[in-house]
Amino acid sequence: MPRAFTPKVVTANALLEGDVIYQTATGWSRDLAEAEVLTDEADADLRLIDAAQQIDTVVGAYLADVDASGDTPKPTHFREDFRAKGPSNYAHGKQEAASHV
Amino acid sequence: MYNYTDFDTAFIKERNAQFRSQVERRIDGSLTEDEFKPLRLMNGLYLQLHAYMLRVAIPYGTLNSRQMHVLADIADKWDKGYGHFTTRQNIQYNWPQLRDVPDMLDALGDVQMHAIQTSGNTIRNVTADHFAGAAADELADPRPVAELIRQWSTDHPEFQFLPRKFKVAVTGSPNDRAVTKAHDIGLRMVERDGEIGFEVIVGGGLGRTPMIGKVLRDFLPREDLLPYLEAIVSVYNLLGRRDNKYKARIKITVHENGLDDFKTRVEERYSLIRPQFTGVDQQLLAGIEADFAAPEFKSAPETEYHDARQHYPAFRAWSDTNLTEHRVPGYAIVTISLKAHGATPGDATSAQMRLMADLAKRYGHDELRISHEQNVILPHVHKSDLPSIYSALKAEGLGTANVGLISDIIACPGMDYCALATARSIPIAQEIATRFDELKLEHDVGPLKIKISGCINACGHHHVGHIGILGLDRAGVENYQITLGGDGTEDASIGERAGPGFSAEEIIPAIERLVLAYLDLREEPAETFLQTYRRLGLAPFKAALYPEAQANAA
Repeated sequence: MPRAFTPKVVTANALLEGDVIYQTATGWSRDLAEAEVLTDEADADLRLIDAAQQIDTVVGAYLADVDASGDTPKPTHFREDFRAKGPSNYAHGKQEAASHV
Repeated sequence: MYNYTDFDTAFIKERNAQFRSQVERRIDGSLTEDEFKPLRLMNGLYLQLHAYMLRVAIPYGTLNSRQMHVLADIADKWDKGYGHFTTRQNIQYNWPQLRDVPDMLDALGDVQMHAIQTSGNTIRNVTADHFAGAAADELADPRPVAELIRQWSTDHPEFQFLPRKFKVAVTGSPNDRAVTKAHDIGLRMVERDGEIGFEVIVGGGLGRTPMIGKVLRDFLPREDLLPYLEAIVSVYNLLGRRDNKYKARIKITVHENGLDDFKTRVEERYSLIRPQFTGVDQQLLAGIEADFAAPEFKSAPETEYHDARQHYPAFRAWSDTNLTEHRVPGYAIVTISLKAHGATPGDATSAQMRLMADLAKRYGHDELRISHEQNVILPHVHKSDLPSIYSALKAEGLGTANVGLISDIIACPGMDYCALATARSIPIAQEIATRFDELKLEHDVGPLKIKISGCINACGHHHVGHIGILGLDRAGVENYQITLGGDGTEDASIGERAGPGFSAEEIIPAIERLVLAYLDLREEPAETFLQTYRRLGLAPFKAALYPEAQANAA
């Protein structure tokens, strides 16, 4: 039996701000909740190739594991959790952006 | 202080213009990230976890007030109103946007600063004793030589693609405050027959394979310094390994080939290149030394200082911990703590930077220093001015009386910012400082250096902390390993691993058990943590850290 495929999202940093971004079905979002969850390995590879080609928008695209059991994808590793939230010593980055909404 | 020549100014300007155009070409898609990355790293620009990070060199940790003001202005205009001072006497901005970086570099260039060679496999910012030129125990000011090395190493054509990064530290004092034994090359000024020369130490380093540097020459005459350094780096450039990043530092080159073999090669190379150094470097050095002439010190009564000590306990506590003896009577070296309990170690807001700059201008001969312990120093202050300085500092949250104590913690940015980190460091530092402040124990505990790194690369110097903490990723959970008995001074030693790591929740109580055990174990209050550890060894501390193992064995 083939190994079960852990759901993934394509993530990268935005070229101009360096902020953490996630690939959606139509573009990119700063919010993990809006990321497109990829459940098929071949599809995930294709989406990553697509992301890596967008050299004037994104930097360092890769596939990150997510827990897709809830309504929105959640990080499975603490590093991805920090990337999705921002630093813990100041409410900067994504936390700051969230408070401005 | 050294002032840029026309050549230096033109060089920085041209380099910044080149980088501006490289950034434009990256943004318009003419350069790929693979092409751009080495170019941005050469100019100190990293891409970290949440944003870009610009690392600006503060050569040998010396700044004037105008430069500090510009660092504050940059923080306000292009960052988030603060800067982070690092363990290599640099400042890092955590939130610059790519488009703004060329303007930031131009603003730095206007006050003779840059970010060149703060990254990459080059000779990095040369660090020095942060009390240079002021300390009572000093043979000579190491900064002129550090500046000479900076000029020699900046854009050195032979050394732009070394096997790995290369760090040099210099001290002019027998009490080593520059951690010279944990550098690729450490230089300690020593005196022989009335002449000052250098003890040349090579192959020290922390990281995944920590090593204490070894003495390559016990006395090198001053005029031979540059050719000798060139010989060392040149041998390393050819002999150092390029097949494995983790074995590429000079400490491994020296270790694998043996000190004798390495020394033979260096001496051979040295005899070959020595004649090429015709003395121009010594003429340059003489000019640089004139730039570093000591300020004119005054002679004045110290009455205000002694009165304030007598009447204000808070001032007395601060002056007990944050002052160091100056070589001139009536003067003191002030260490301003960037370690307020619960704050991020090494961070200063723009308002704090401006205040420190203004105090330096008004009371401190316009000089500031950054220490590798992430504090700011006013090296030349007359004691009569200390009460005024203290109240100004206190009003801006800079009056913490904890230098050298348990809450004066070194911490790398860790996984809150760094892309390489395997765990967070900052919250651990914040919690330890807050906890010991609650316990009101830190003055009783006395001198104790805690150093925290968020990965094996050891930017937080954990190997040379009396208590070292290393954050790791153990099966997807942050885990903290403790090392004990490390020391970064002239008696340098690498800390010993205490045992299995602790979770983020367990680590603060573990440190508390350790420190309480020390209080029980010490022979008298004057015996420091490190002295007690050296007297008793690991066992009693291990017992305090792992009471369950102790109970099970019983």
